[in-house]
Amino acid sequence: MSTATKYILVLRDWIDDRFPLMEEWNKHAGEYYAPKNFNFWYYFGVLSMVVLAIQLVTGIWLTMNYKPAADLAFASVEYIMRDVEWGWWIRYMHSTGASAFFIVVYLHMYRALLYGSYKSPRELLWIIGMLIYFTLMGEAFFGYLLPWGQMSYWGAQVIISLFGALPFIGEDLSLWIRGDFVVSDVTLNRFFALHVIALPLVICGLVVVHILALHEVGSNNPDGVEIKKHKNANGIPLDGIAFHPYYTVKDLVGVVVFLILFASVVFFWPEMNGYFLEHANFVPADPLKTPEHIAPVWYFTPFYAILRAVPSQLGGIVAMGFAQALFFLLPWLDRSPVKSIRYRGIKYKIALTAFTISFVMLGWLGMQAPTPSYTWMARGFATVYFLYFLLMPLYTSMDNDKPVPDRVTK
Amino acid sequence: MSVDGIDTNRRRFLTTTATVVGGAGAVATSIPFISTLSPSAKTKAIGAPVEVEIGELQPGKLKTVLWQGKPVWILRRDEKTLEGIKSLDADVRDPSSDEQQQPEYAKNEYRSVKPEYLIVLGLCTHLGCSPTFVEAEDGASHNLSGWKGGFFCPCHGSRFDLAGRVFKGVPAPRNLVVPPHMYLNDTKILIGDDSGVLS
Repeated sequence: MSTATKYILVLRDWIDDRFPLMEEWNKHAGEYYAPKNFNFWYYFGVLSMVVLAIQLVTGIWLTMNYKPAADLAFASVEYIMRDVEWGWWIRYMHSTGASAFFIVVYLHMYRALLYGSYKSPRELLWIIGMLIYFTLMGEAFFGYLLPWGQMSYWGAQVIISLFGALPFIGEDLSLWIRGDFVVSDVTLNRFFALHVIALPLVICGLVVVHILALHEVGSNNPDGVEIKKHKNANGIPLDGIAFHPYYTVKDLVGVVVFLILFASVVFFWPEMNGYFLEHANFVPADPLKTPEHIAPVWYFTPFYAILRAVPSQLGGIVAMGFAQALFFLLPWLDRSPVKSIRYRGIKYKIALTAFTISFVMLGWLGMQAPTPSYTWMARGFATVYFLYFLLMPLYTSMDNDKPVPDRVTK
Repeated sequence: MSVDGIDTNRRRFLTTTATVVGGAGAVATSIPFISTLSPSAKTKAIGAPVEVEIGELQPGKLKTVLWQGKPVWILRRDEKTLEGIKSLDADVRDPSSDEQQQPEYAKNEYRSVKPEYLIVLGLCTHLGCSPTFVEAEDGASHNLSGWKGGFFCPCHGSRFDLAGRVFKGVPAPRNLVVPPHMYLNDTKILIGDDSGVLS
């Protein structure tokens, strides 16, 4: 043993006498046993954490030059883009990171739909994840106002007006959210506080809770069988492998591939033809003029399409709320004894396919200017979307599920 | 009650009292945190009434001013326009302005104090976008058939006539809001204050 290694071990022991360093490391990495059959879908959890780190670091750097005031904000973003050394890179990392965050989170959630990862005993894990997703939507919404472009301004105006449509309390509630009679400097200032301090703290806290909950119940896997059922004499699951080094190394490869893709967007397609950075947002906010066509950023459009599909104002808002809230109930709506899509019957496979198509189509429709035929399409897809949840107790309980193996298959 | 020399009643009393007093303090503390988000004194002051000179406004033209940071439209209407408004009664949702979207003094056929001038907030009652003023001859360019002039919201396609009344079959539920206002003299109005005006 070299002298350097010896000193490092001495240091480790010194810390261990005062802080549970090795104990925690073993619990969450060195001796955390994850199923050995993880596939491609199991990259998106760690990728969410990578994107979170990117957003935190680039966000801190952006605040060093950004000014949260209505008469300075737009110009300060342009200043970052043109005059600050590498400012454009920091800003494009952050704006691309926002879309990347939703891409990896949506895929992470879709994995749960594929393999039944929300089912017992992981209901709470799923709910904590949903809370992260909701907070993330708030974080994205607050952040979108900050550049103070036309889309920032009118997007915030429309979303806050949704609260204004609630009966009785609506008017006062929207006044309280804005802190002004319209979206203004006051609103921008508080959204800045929420975006850079309050919600990031909540998200980081929830991520820790999410991982603690995961390590308590253990990871699901593509076969949807519980590896804890079969343990060796030392209490180690027969189908489990230590998270470190096996999955840390596997994830490292995934992270590198992801960062290559991420960097190519940052360097070559940062606006993504208006999907990541909307064209109208390159015009400063003008309280007198709404842009000809306004639409939210792509990650909100499925819900926006549902909002527009309902002919009544309050009804649209309620439908949009339900479209998101129903995810919370998945663990109880799903009555199938089988977790993984591999052993599900045809009914669930059809339902999930129809839901997937509806979600994507609603996302596309939410970006289009409304025409009567698009509105009818949105109504059709919204119906399928809701039926996936509402009929789930029926079709999952009478599905022709296949027998589930006792152990993982490969 | 005493167990092993511990007075459990006393212990329960002290715990309950501390919890109740502490809880009351926590609730009281939430008040400033919630109130501080309401509009400040400065914000309310900026929302003060504005005076607008309307003598120069030509018939058929629209003037936009800011009040409380919101766009307020002042439209001068001629006889022909007013006739057109009358003819639309069957096509609008609330032709006689029964819903409280205007002060009492503007609750009439043309939703104004003087029929010649329409004064409304330029914010759609659906989700707060600012509609576009589309004159009768420009209707075709917005795919509006049989258009007699009015306001068209680009966000979700709501339509309003030249009295700010919402058409049937569009997402906006109510007519445009008429803000409180009064005439200081024949060519000057005050928007945001109507004290002294008999309703």
